[in-house]
Amino acid sequence: MAKTKATSVLRKILTIIIALIIGVFAGYKIFSPKAKEAPLPNSNALYRSTAKTNDSASVSNDYTEFKGEIIVVKDGESIVEAVKKASPGDLIRVYPGVYSETVYIDKDNISFQGIIQEGEWPILDGKKQLNDAFLYSGNGIQIENFKIINYKGNGIMGQAGNNFVIRNNWVIDTGVYGIFPQYGTNGLIEHNILTGIEDAAIYVGMCDNIDVKHNKVYGNVAGIEIENSRHALVENNYAYNNTGGILAFVTPGLPIKTTYDVIIRNNFIIENNHENFGAPGSIVAGIPPGTGILIMAADDVIIENNIISGNNNAGIIITDFENGGAKASNDPESEPNPDRITILDNFMIDNGNAPVGELKALMLTQLSSKGPDILAIGGGAGSTIRDKNRYRTFGLGSYGEAIKDNTREVFTLMLDKPVEPKDISEKELGELTYYGICAGCHAFDIRLIGIPTNVIQMIYKDNPQGIIDYINNPKNLRDDYPEMPPQNYLSDEAKMAVAKYILTL
Amino acid sequence: MKKFIITILLSLSVVVFYFFRPTSTSFHQSDYSEIADRSIELCKTCPPGFQLNEFNECISKNLYLQYKSLENKGVGGLKTALPKVRDGFSPQQIDLGRYLFFDPVLSGDHTVSCASCHDPELGFSDGRPTSIGIQNNSVSRSSPSLWNVAYLNKLFWDGRASNLEEQMEGPLYANNEMGTTKEKLLLTINSIENYKLLFSQAFPNRQASDSITLHEIYTSIAAFECSLISLNSRYDQYAHGYHKALNAKEIEGLNVFRSFVARCSECHTPPLFTNQQIAVIGTPEPSGLPFDAGAEIPFDDKSRRGGFKVPSLRNIERTSPYMHSGGFKTLRETVAFYTEGRGHAVPENEALILHWHIWEPELSDYELDRLVDFLKTLTDETFKPKIPSELPSGIILTHNASQTL
Repeated sequence: MAKTKATSVLRKILTIIIALIIGVFAGYKIFSPKAKEAPLPNSNALYRSTAKTNDSASVSNDYTEFKGEIIVVKDGESIVEAVKKASPGDLIRVYPGVYSETVYIDKDNISFQGIIQEGEWPILDGKKQLNDAFLYSGNGIQIENFKIINYKGNGIMGQAGNNFVIRNNWVIDTGVYGIFPQYGTNGLIEHNILTGIEDAAIYVGMCDNIDVKHNKVYGNVAGIEIENSRHALVENNYAYNNTGGILAFVTPGLPIKTTYDVIIRNNFIIENNHENFGAPGSIVAGIPPGTGILIMAADDVIIENNIISGNNNAGIIITDFENGGAKASNDPESEPNPDRITILDNFMIDNGNAPVGELKALMLTQLSSKGPDILAIGGGAGSTIRDKNRYRTFGLGSYGEAIKDNTREVFTLMLDKPVEPKDISEKELGELTYYGICAGCHAFDIRLIGIPTNVIQMIYKDNPQGIIDYINNPKNLRDDYPEMPPQNYLSDEAKMAVAKYILTL
Repeated sequence: MKKFIITILLSLSVVVFYFFRPTSTSFHQSDYSEIADRSIELCKTCPPGFQLNEFNECISKNLYLQYKSLENKGVGGLKTALPKVRDGFSPQQIDLGRYLFFDPVLSGDHTVSCASCHDPELGFSDGRPTSIGIQNNSVSRSSPSLWNVAYLNKLFWDGRASNLEEQMEGPLYANNEMGTTKEKLLLTINSIENYKLLFSQAFPNRQASDSITLHEIYTSIAAFECSLISLNSRYDQYAHGYHKALNAKEIEGLNVFRSFVARCSECHTPPLFTNQQIAVIGTPEPSGLPFDAGAEIPFDDKSRRGGFKVPSLRNIERTSPYMHSGGFKTLRETVAFYTEGRGHAVPENEALILHWHIWEPELSDYELDRLVDFLKTLTDETFKPKIPSELPSGIILTHNASQTL
């Protein structure tokens, strides 16, 4: 009896508990806000309207509507396959998961958006077997919100893509470089965190019009390097515990020979004293540990409003190629001196506590065991400094008083509109295709390998589509001519252009 | 019905052909032999890859002219413009240059032509580790390919010449190559009636009585060399956007090629597959050959000791053996060199400043195989010029180096 009573009480309690659970669950379902999809990435970050804001950190633009497809990639699927499906204008959304791939992008205007869910990131893991995580040649590539680890070459490498945005990526030990755009114009690298890179974490190599902003770089050989590039703004970055914090270089022996118009401002460049673990023979292997900023052979560099402290060798080193410590063959076409460097107000303390190598020897000749805030060594002309007396300097005897006192008028060194593709008319495209390809077998009024072009004109009068159909899938109509190989590899535009061109020749 | 249309089309084309049948005088790169005893006329149309403009100049045309390049340097990625091209020669100059190029009368003993070492059947190289000049004299370096030489601003392996005219004075007057002298060359060419006629066509502004000048000889040969264009490989189809042009293994190879582990494309930069710089990479000399100081000598710069011009890789499949003295027989051996250790082949007594891209990439056998797959997609000889079957000098053409191999 007591037992059944106890059972029924237990049953009642259980029922109440179950009802409660269902109620809570239902209530949660009904009343809790629906989980929203991640917002679309800001595809317009490239085009800053400086007229609208004085704050270089904010992006202001005229929003253009997203019109592409959204391709979703989830754990276990392939980003490369998504790229194969994508057309220009599309967005590839990658959900949390581990992806071990080299994502190569030989298309224009593809965006990649990692979806971060409650702190879980989409991770590209090279497992120290794969070379590069992202490898792009297209224009208008945007990559954001990825955690990229354990590659051997680069985290993100661009080869000639213009108008790129690389942001909010977390790059750890990806080999030689973390983020490395090359031969690109008009790009933005912002809000990335990079560490464990054996050369430069952010390496802008042979580019024009690049902003590098709000990044955190630590534990690399070089934090941020601007090399053989023009019009670069390096601003609001935090570079600490690298061998060298921020670099602006001309490296000889490259096909593009200059670095000029670089602004390094508002950065924290702190305690860059990491031992140099650069690969033997690499240019950065010569950077002395404890170097805050290193300018080698670059021209028209402005260093302004940085906090530069605790760099044990020197706060700023300005050097020519010969004294730069990099081992490379001379290049007669490469001008080796840093010219027209401008140092404005910077907050420099506690630098040079333990100079190394040549600088140590140099300072000993001055009866000092400390390295300077600023060292200038080697050739170069036209450099200036504002309020030189506030710093401990060496070798700045030829530096004049700076003429300007700030760079407030410069909000960005990116272009105010995207780099446009070359303007080619349909007639020109037809001409390029005809003489560049067709002319190998066809001449206007004589027989080469294929039939004369004027015969083609007679057959396909007013019918360019007929030519297109034929070159897509040639059928040998003549015994006295060899069969034409299909020309279906030409783009649709080139096919139509050349068909029309042939008919108007 | 279909058959009927085809029949009509065929008969139509036969009629059209009758009216537009090829005639030897207007035929592109007409064979001189056909007309040797009659009126001599050089080709009036441009070779493929060129458009004739109103000034009778052949202007280069190709799909890469759709693109831009950073600082107009012609280096970058897939859809990048080429470097500045040398064009604007007349069709007649190009055709005359073709005869000169294949004519051994240019050499001291009339046995060696330009084509002896730059054989169109061997990728405009000669298939030898190092070349052989007149009277079997050995030459110290290998013969570089001439494909796309119109885009190059440094010539010779050590980069000592900056244009073709300057370059051709090297082999023409070197004792162990073509072994002639300026005086002898002028005397020879001016004594050949056929050449007098041909030069007066190629250089119409001169007086008929004027003797042929060195400048005119050089211009003609340069004109022909600048017409050797190879930009229609399967790689190019991929680059212009047709991704099916390469198979999966070749694309893997492309990705190794441009990765920052292998770093091939850092110096062999598309679209020309050279960045036209001098690089010290420390390749071995074939046994028996002394160490070659390369660019150190012409530039008088120790830091460039062992430096050589980065060669274009277009048609590389056709130009074995590889490197400045032909140390590697196959592409596979060549790509393997780069992964066998930085400086592994540098002689012990040499302290070279090796290029920073020479490092320890630790490429796998699989990756090396894929690199070779990719390199073979750079082959395109569709615009290969016709070899003259008879020469203005009357010398029987035995240009072919492969015959004497």
